[in-house]
Amino acid sequence: MTESTSTLLDVKDLTVEFATRRGIVRAVQNVDLTVGKGETVGIVGESGSGKSVTSYAVMRILDRAGRIADGAITFSGIDVRNASESEVRDLRGREISMVFQNPRAALNPIRKVGHQIEDVLLEHLQASPQDAKVKAIEALQKVRIARPDERYHAYPFELSGGMCQRVVIALALACRPQLLIADEPTTGLDVTTQKAVMDLIVELTRENGMSTILITHDLGLASAYCDRVVVMEKGKVVETAKSAQIFKSPQHAYTRKLMRSTPRIGANLRDLLPEDMPVPLTPAKKTAGGGASLLSVSNLVKEYPRQGVGGTLATLFRRKNEFPQSEVFRAVDGISFEIKRGESVGLVGESGCGKSTTSMMVMRLLDATSGHITFDGEDIAAIPAKSFAGLPLRKRIQMVFQDPTDSLNPRFTAARAIADPIYRLGGLRGRDAVRARCEELARQVGLPVELLDRFPHQLSGGQKARVGIARAIALKPELVILDEPTAALDVSVQAVVLNLLEDLKHSLGMSYLFVSHDLNVVRLLCDRVIVMRAGKIVEEGETEAVLSAPKTDYTRELLAAIPHPPL
Amino acid sequence: MLRQIGKRLATAIPSLIGVIIVTFLLTRVLPGDPAAYFAGPAASPQAIEEIRKSLGLDKSLPEQFVRYVQDLSRGDFGKSLTTGQTVIIDIKTRLPASAELTLLGLIVSMLIAVPFGILAAVKQGSIIDHACRVIATAGVSLPVFFTGLLLVYVFYFILGWSPAPLGRLDAFASAPKHVTGFYLIDSLLAGNLESFRASLAQLALPTITLAIFSLAPITRMTRASMLAVLSSDFVRTARASGLSPRTVIVTYAFRNAMLPVVTTLGMVFSFLLGANVLVEKVFAWPGIGSYAIEALIASDFAPVQGFVLTMAIMYVLLNLTIDMLYGVIDPRVRLEG
Repeated sequence: MTESTSTLLDVKDLTVEFATRRGIVRAVQNVDLTVGKGETVGIVGESGSGKSVTSYAVMRILDRAGRIADGAITFSGIDVRNASESEVRDLRGREISMVFQNPRAALNPIRKVGHQIEDVLLEHLQASPQDAKVKAIEALQKVRIARPDERYHAYPFELSGGMCQRVVIALALACRPQLLIADEPTTGLDVTTQKAVMDLIVELTRENGMSTILITHDLGLASAYCDRVVVMEKGKVVETAKSAQIFKSPQHAYTRKLMRSTPRIGANLRDLLPEDMPVPLTPAKKTAGGGASLLSVSNLVKEYPRQGVGGTLATLFRRKNEFPQSEVFRAVDGISFEIKRGESVGLVGESGCGKSTTSMMVMRLLDATSGHITFDGEDIAAIPAKSFAGLPLRKRIQMVFQDPTDSLNPRFTAARAIADPIYRLGGLRGRDAVRARCEELARQVGLPVELLDRFPHQLSGGQKARVGIARAIALKPELVILDEPTAALDVSVQAVVLNLLEDLKHSLGMSYLFVSHDLNVVRLLCDRVIVMRAGKIVEEGETEAVLSAPKTDYTRELLAAIPHPPL
Repeated sequence: MLRQIGKRLATAIPSLIGVIIVTFLLTRVLPGDPAAYFAGPAASPQAIEEIRKSLGLDKSLPEQFVRYVQDLSRGDFGKSLTTGQTVIIDIKTRLPASAELTLLGLIVSMLIAVPFGILAAVKQGSIIDHACRVIATAGVSLPVFFTGLLLVYVFYFILGWSPAPLGRLDAFASAPKHVTGFYLIDSLLAGNLESFRASLAQLALPTITLAIFSLAPITRMTRASMLAVLSSDFVRTARASGLSPRTVIVTYAFRNAMLPVVTTLGMVFSFLLGANVLVEKVFAWPGIGSYAIEALIASDFAPVQGFVLTMAIMYVLLNLTIDMLYGVIDPRVRLEG
């Protein structure tokens, strides 16, 4: 927003090399970056673009294999590259600090969060052992943590993801640094939490006149919160511009590609694909819900015994509430919905709302406490989860999982992974027949056939996602449950995978239950959407209707929390 | 807390019952006839029969078992035919000897291995790292009787620095009054520095022998688990916050890396306690391992059963201690318990 008066950080011609088994890899090449006092700069790029490595180089916390090969880093007059380790250590945390992705892992799991803040304060002589506790509680208070004197004693696992990120921010800001580097600070958090965390960072940094570098893969986020945006691709800066400008007239082809593939209002699925990509055969047209009912869920309930309340707390809890009902937690609280043949239904909500539990029950991986799940006229809720896996019915419902890497057996080749359901339920006999089917499936999902003999670690994220999809459609299912299938993918890969899913749905006549927290993605793929909160359905209807004219406050809140690129 | 311990102990009861049944059966199927063994080679069949009757071995197996269990419930482990004493007394005098040796060996080993492992992880790929690996591998690949004999040869026979390897005390010192059974502690309690020094001198070589052997698992486990923790996100956060290397390594990394190390320590301890027969033999140590082996060779049932049961109970207690240590180290474990 403000014209930078003086430069705080100046990175010139930075090159970072990593020694790997296959020789030296240049993760960052000739990068120039300046951050003015009080300025917020966004570094945007997909995985492997070198955006995180650049920031690690600035703090000199590259791991053993990495080294700054060339260039200069100047931070308020200090030559960071050539400074001694102890000088740099004084800078870290006191002048430059960092907020990381995955806040829970970023905190020491077995140390009280208050003590972790104290460690930093004491290290930089910002507190004496006598007043460290008071100052740590103050720091927690600043990041708007309720009851900070209680939270001081909490361990990271006792706090929610958003709360942990607040603690990490408190840790980073405890010594009032001049520069905050936020590395994907909100990835993995719910949209509303994301908004709260970002607003907090902006507010606190502005309050203290700090500069910020926001590293993100999300163009919308960068444009909403940054003064300037630096776009990186494969270790190089391809474009630097004011954020308003970059969205109005992106200069570089890569920037345009990134922008195209970001799901946004007003774009349909095909718009996401790169300009030079061949147009798919079927136009993306949403089917009107007119088919026969395939799945119908009624009054579905899943209860869990209350857990995770510590010994003394649990007894306190028991004394206060004498009702036995308080002993159980309703993860899914009497929901009913229907999926028609050929229809895509989106199930959205924040983490803990019960959407994954619902999908697990429909998949019959989890037994429902009560209620009915009718699949093609048969009540499958009555079948115990254990025996469902062997039934012929199991073929007709399949699932695609969130993490394409973790959901593949690392010792199975792609072909073996795809063939797995065929061996178990497919009834195909003979090595050649199965192989032929695998190749056919690979072609269907756009996976090059020669990649079939590779292991998961030899495949890219997008290729692994395709293997997961091929495995799910191997038995020609009628219902596929997609559990955030693109959450771990880069936007450009996500665009391609979403299009693939849409094409497959039409060519194979499947129905989708699409579980997601990303409303923009749901908007693109789903005919109808169900919004869940605290185990209940709060809103349900045609996607366009719900997302353009939400009826409940909660849906409005969810929509408002999404950062949109100004288009 | 107490209730948790009680619960844990209760879950161990079925395994203890299993141990009682299995050891009883195993000792009965062992080849060799204890009655014939104790009657001696010149005994007449009648004499052997007599002995068999007095031992109760003429009864049927179930009958024998019921009697055995009845005795156990009274705290009676039976009588050793070789030593002529009750098994309880034998174990009471011999277990502390083994435990003192093993504990001391483990402490010495830990004092060397843990800092070594940390250093090796922090300076991964350096000379220190390689030196660690070589020393640890050498230590574990040399059989304990060899290291033991070598030490005796060098320090007793050639240099004459250490006393004769003949048990827990040399002939001229007297054993301290029995309090814990650990001579080091008992002699200090009695204020008898003379016998403290004497027992320490006797302990030195077997302790070093055990320590050398157990260096490898502890060093390697410390190194591996430190490496994993050092590359984790929260160590990166700690470094990015400018914490000193000491704080990062000790407070942040090592405390988190301790869990697998503690597990290894427990495993090594329980293994050494019952299985260091060779060390006990080399140093004429009146420990429990050699006691059990001798009884086994003589088909002396009661001490073998008593030994196995004692070891089973020790394992249960040891595992409980380790679990409690886990709770001290890791707050997440406390919650689940």
